[in-house]
Amino acid sequence: MADQPVGCAHPIGATVGTDPAETNEQQTTKQKEKKMSLARVGAKAPDFEAPAYYKGGFTSVKLSDFPGKWVVLCFYPGDFTFV
Amino acid sequence: MSAVAANYNLLQDLGVEVISMSVDSQFVHKVWNDNELSKMAGHDVPFHMASDGAGRVGTMYGVYNEDAGVEFRGRFIIDPDGVIQGMEVLTPPVGRKLEETIRQIQAFQHVRATKGAEVCPAGWEPGKKVLKPGPDLVGNVWKVWSPLTDH
Repeated sequence: MADQPVGCAHPIGATVGTDPAETNEQQTTKQKEKKMSLARVGAKAPDFEAPAYYKGGFTSVKLSDFPGKWVVLCFYPGDFTFV
Repeated sequence: MSAVAANYNLLQDLGVEVISMSVDSQFVHKVWNDNELSKMAGHDVPFHMASDGAGRVGTMYGVYNEDAGVEFRGRFIIDPDGVIQGMEVLTPPVGRKLEETIRQIQAFQHVRATKGAEVCPAGWEPGKKVLKPGPDLVGNVWKVWSPLTDH
């Protein structure tokens, strides 16, 4: 996982000014698919790719980067919260 | 997340990778690591701190609260085949207990190692009694396992 260039970027990682990757129609279909792939025990974990901070650098992380490994995925409400 | 960062070695010993995820940007994750988490854990956060700014990943996992724009405390145990074996979701004001996550991973790893020949009853911890499902055990669990002494 190579470091990603850090520039004036949208917080979710897409660089400002880049062309949209897909049309609205495609996005709508994709969103529907995503809603259907809701996580449940005993089923395959939905794959994702997200921008990440890792050991001093900015990179991206993909669930399918860890085949054959146990993974604990932890969501939490926000950085700098109290609990 | 500081508890996971501080005790990361316990998860590493079990061969577990950690990914944390919130709606904060990766840049805020860095500042949180530098200014607070590293001081609580005694070292830098050793795992990927992922950013889910639009809540898309949280939505897929059923833990994104659209009204508040943040994610619940959702913890998912994913096995080497990519299958979710356990999940726990809490609302924001109460934290998780890492020991329970570790216990569940150990139990699922035991079941996997025995290819399901041994299963882990309530309250199981490494070293405690396991059960071997089969025709002989049906109706006879009470003879081999007690919720009072084995739990």
